[in-house]
Amino acid sequence: MKTPLIRVRDLSMGYADTVLLEKASFDIERGDIFIILGGSGCGKSTLLRHLIGLEAPMAGQISIAGIGAPRLEGAAPRYGVMFQSGALFSSLTVGENVAFALQEWTQLPPEAVNAIVKAKLTLVGLEGAENKLPSELSGGMKKRAAIARAMAFEPNLIFLDEPSAGLDPVSAVELDELILTLNSGLGLTVVMVTHELESIFKVGKNCIMLDRDTRSIIATGDPSRLRTESTDPRVRQFFNREASVA
Amino acid sequence: MSDIDALERAASRFDDRMSLVVGFLQRFTWERGGTEQAQRIELGGTITIDDSAALWKRVGESLEELKTARSVEIDLSRIRVIDGACMALLVHFRGDVRARGVSCEFVGGTPDVERIVDLYGGHKKAKRRRATRTPTNAVEQVGEATISVFKEIRQILDFFGQLVVSAILAVKNPKTVNFHDVGPTMERAGADAAPIVLLINFLIGFVMAYQSAAQLKQFGANIYMVDLVAVSMTRELGPLMTAIIICGRSGAAFAAELGTMKVSEEVDALRTLGFMPLRYLVMPRMMGLVLVAPFLVLLADAIGIVGGMVVGVLTLDITPTSFVIQLQGAVKPSDIISGLVKSMAFAAAIALISCQQGLATSGGAEGVGRRTTGAVVAILFALIVLDAIFTVLLAWLGL
Repeated sequence: MKTPLIRVRDLSMGYADTVLLEKASFDIERGDIFIILGGSGCGKSTLLRHLIGLEAPMAGQISIAGIGAPRLEGAAPRYGVMFQSGALFSSLTVGENVAFALQEWTQLPPEAVNAIVKAKLTLVGLEGAENKLPSELSGGMKKRAAIARAMAFEPNLIFLDEPSAGLDPVSAVELDELILTLNSGLGLTVVMVTHELESIFKVGKNCIMLDRDTRSIIATGDPSRLRTESTDPRVRQFFNREASVA
Repeated sequence: MSDIDALERAASRFDDRMSLVVGFLQRFTWERGGTEQAQRIELGGTITIDDSAALWKRVGESLEELKTARSVEIDLSRIRVIDGACMALLVHFRGDVRARGVSCEFVGGTPDVERIVDLYGGHKKAKRRRATRTPTNAVEQVGEATISVFKEIRQILDFFGQLVVSAILAVKNPKTVNFHDVGPTMERAGADAAPIVLLINFLIGFVMAYQSAAQLKQFGANIYMVDLVAVSMTRELGPLMTAIIICGRSGAAFAAELGTMKVSEEVDALRTLGFMPLRYLVMPRMMGLVLVAPFLVLLADAIGIVGGMVVGVLTLDITPTSFVIQLQGAVKPSDIISGLVKSMAFAAAIALISCQQGLATSGGAEGVGRRTTGAVVAILFALIVLDAIFTVLLAWLGL
């Protein structure tokens, strides 16, 4: 039997005096586009931060590719991360942002790094933008540049935090297309947090839905099937854009 | 009758007339009915933001009138138009009535009015009020503030511990330390600060010499002004004033820079790319500051003494030659070295606290401002404490 790429067991998480999720377990398979869903404040982004290894769980285990607790610092990145705001280093150009990890963790000469940077920027549709500063880019371009930086080290897993939030419809669709291309073309596993229903149904292969009140996962599976087949009114409300009856 | 009395009377007459006009313009009615215990307020007409002040006044008066009531109904059926702001005031009024243990509901209303009532939570049942927090008294506030100061100190010491461990581990793998940023930090914190350090310390030496000159003249001990200025500049004022300037320039800049990086998730992004914020962001800043501070202090010492010499030559008839001869006997190498050592400790404290505060930032632009202010205050406090420790320590060592 194939082992899942990410295995989460009995995860409890939250902050000092607030528990957001209790004893949650789920798996993410290789090649999946896995979406974390839920209402505002239910802990989607916090769960993503736990999977990435930026926060330590209150209890439970997270393993990525069979290796226990993810360790971030002091080693070459094992996966790519795109933050909600892009989080590009504002004092560096787009090219320098993408080259950042390559310069640190490889022995490549500058020309080779430049070639990779150019290729990654072309992949996300930002060819020729390497000398621009992040402040000169639009919101959509920043997110694309952040994906290019996350892809620089050729990861087989990428985490995206609300990639299409705040983008115009055209940019949002382009970004969805990019995610699908990366997934089908490179076999990239994508784990993302998003609210955008169109995006969820277009790119999502699997999802989990978190619930703030019960601090648990209330639905797991293909979002398109959950929309029509789920008997849970909270899940149906979410997928069918209905207001809460409570 | 004085002019002022006449003016006040005219103003009062104007107020009376205005209130009549406002009363005339009021577009809503507020009538009280029912029994003493089951009261009813009937509202009618148009109530929009223009009427909100009059409505609020009426609401305040009604609270007094409803003292004996057990239940109150607010009848909205005669209202033609009401907007959100005025509905919010009525909902607030109902909350105040309920807080007195009196049941209070909205009744009636056209479908349009009903929609506004619904939108502003007018049909929600009375909630059990949360226990009101008793305001903390002065002693509790002092206690809480003291605890938070100790928490802050603990966090800074924690950070210092992490930094020491990280520095020891970095010796094994120096490649993980961002040495590239040491030079630019030295330039920004050192070379760029030189003009202001020179100006301030010149004036400090100048003022100190001027103040002491008046006293020393009385005893004919003019020449000892040189000793006074030279020793205080090298041992105390040079390092301290320079540290205060570094705190204001670089300390605030480090805290704001790292704070902004933290809230815009750049620090998290750095970690996901395998970098350690302590080695990549903090260590180069600390190294840069510790290396450049002694040079700034040497400049400060020299220019402060020059400031003293200017006063000596101008007001105390001391020639530059006699000033220099006296200076050679007044200042020992240990005076200068102790000042330089002190400046390195001050610089380390500035870098440590500003970086710790910057990396502890949360909550957006306001958080960056709060942490930057916090960093500057904590650094100034730390500088004075360190200075006192050094003074006692150096005296104990006989230096």
